[in-house]
Amino acid sequence: MRTPTALAIAVFGLLAVLPPLFLLAGEPFLLVIAIRVMIFAIAAVSLDLILGYGAMVSFGHAAFIGIGAYAVAIPASHGVTDLFAQTLIAIVASCLFALATGAISLRTKGVYFIMITLAFGQMAFFVMVSLAAYGGDDGITLPGRSTLFGAPLIANNFAFFYVVLTCLVGLYFLSHALTRSRFGRVIRASRENPIRVQSVGFSPFPYQLTAYAISGAMAGVAGVLLANQAEFVSPAYMSWQRSGELIAMVVVGGTGTLIGPILGAAGFILLEEWLPALSEHWKLGFGVILVLIVLYTRGGLYGFYRRVMGSARA
Amino acid sequence: MLNLFLLQVLNGIQFGILLFLVAAGLTLVFGVMNFINLAHGVQYMVGAYLAAAFVAYTGNFYLGLLLALPAALMFGLLLEFLIFRRLYERDHLDQVLATFGVILIINEGVKIIWGAAPLSVPIPDSLSGSLPLIGNLRYAIYRLAIIGAGLATALGLYLLINHTRIGMRVRAGASNSPMVSALGVDIHRLFMILFGFGAMLAGFAGAMVSPILSVDPGMGDSVLILTFVVIVIGGIGSIRGAFVAAILVGLVDTVGRTFGPIVLRLLLDPSAAAQTGRTLAPMLIYILMAAILYFRPSGLFRTRG
Repeated sequence: MRTPTALAIAVFGLLAVLPPLFLLAGEPFLLVIAIRVMIFAIAAVSLDLILGYGAMVSFGHAAFIGIGAYAVAIPASHGVTDLFAQTLIAIVASCLFALATGAISLRTKGVYFIMITLAFGQMAFFVMVSLAAYGGDDGITLPGRSTLFGAPLIANNFAFFYVVLTCLVGLYFLSHALTRSRFGRVIRASRENPIRVQSVGFSPFPYQLTAYAISGAMAGVAGVLLANQAEFVSPAYMSWQRSGELIAMVVVGGTGTLIGPILGAAGFILLEEWLPALSEHWKLGFGVILVLIVLYTRGGLYGFYRRVMGSARA
Repeated sequence: MLNLFLLQVLNGIQFGILLFLVAAGLTLVFGVMNFINLAHGVQYMVGAYLAAAFVAYTGNFYLGLLLALPAALMFGLLLEFLIFRRLYERDHLDQVLATFGVILIINEGVKIIWGAAPLSVPIPDSLSGSLPLIGNLRYAIYRLAIIGAGLATALGLYLLINHTRIGMRVRAGASNSPMVSALGVDIHRLFMILFGFGAMLAGFAGAMVSPILSVDPGMGDSVLILTFVVIVIGGIGSIRGAFVAAILVGLVDTVGRTFGPIVLRLLLDPSAAAQTGRTLAPMLIYILMAAILYFRPSGLFRTRG
């Protein structure tokens, strides 16, 4: 498991055998946590695609999760509960939002890019807060999970787990292929030196915008799944704190590795589930852990893993 | 209608001045050390809590305020010493993440010490009531005091930055810190002073609003984002930019919330106007920021590339 891909395959294999184990152990709640881990892993991988490979630090990525979630809630309240239709709406809507906001954001760089993506995220947040017809601030409770071919096939967590796992594996390998394609090489080259990319005859902008749109669409899919997991959708999904948490998952896991964000999402969600049981002031401990990780681990969890593997070999 | 408009303009200026006090320290720290400090908002919150505690302890508003300022300064220096000085050489993402962690720690720490319920600070007798301005327009004395104190601070900052030796170093640091360092200025000590000073300004802003806002553990988060909007619009590292942008954001936010729906009612039917107004009002400053960055990708008054 020396390459990220080998580690990813091992992680996916481990995930695939978890549900029967949890049911045997009589811990169905662990299944719910594992589903949440995988959903946030999808969102974190999508963010890493632009953040890790393209140095586009989006501080408004939670907006795409929210768009995906509302692509479930709004059609559902009008009687459209088909998962494929909702996913299609989510992908189209997040792509359009990404193209419109990305075209403006990509004029800026560095911290200005971080802040302008935050601005667009906040705009999306406030639109949903003010839409009283779809719950406004309070959010909207779904009548049930989406249907597949008219049947409630993902109503139980066992089946839903494998749907989410399939999405995660599919999107991971899609991202993997993207980053290794000619397209991905232009994106990575633009991260290192945009002027050199231009001088060899590429214009980085359309590549970066396409990557931004793909990343947004993937996060939209995570939103569709998140809405189905919680059976509840609210503007809180789109808040800037959520975007901050997504960045944290990617950085804690290890940027630019694709497997790192999955580890980061797992670490984050597990801590969020485990720490509150210890103390009501768990966020203090969470903050301390974050600070320590930044100060003392280079390259995040995946970097740590590589060093452990490296020293084991030596 | 005119009175209402003037009232909202004054409120907008007061809000803008407050934002400037918080933004000034943040933009200097950012400009000189290229350091993103998300925890700047909690320093504003800590200022408010310190003021609330000292006012309650001494029973005197001015004495409480006077004690809160050095306490906020010490708190800033402590944070710099414990955590931030280890982050200067790191990239922006690490800084974002570590200071995000610091926000969680301090928000929760404040809850442990003072509880989650909001605190209130009474307005001192000498500054309560309102003054007649023009015609039958009256304005709260305390808010005028905030405007006055803020303008005095802005003037003091202007003199300090533009007409003193340390100000010269700060300006030089904001445009090219490696060069300043190469010329023999201890940039880390300069930064430490700046950082403590910025924390004190943010704390001062928090202390000043404590009588008119509730002091609660979330108050730093909402100000933080507005402050970043201000320094990005103004151009990172520019005090002048921060001042112009803060007043602009304060006015657009406050006046837009009241007069947006009134203008919309001329164009749309009442219920649609109310709905659109509620949607647009909180978005206005973000629309402003996106528009300004579209035309000037480095803000209004850029100091470094």
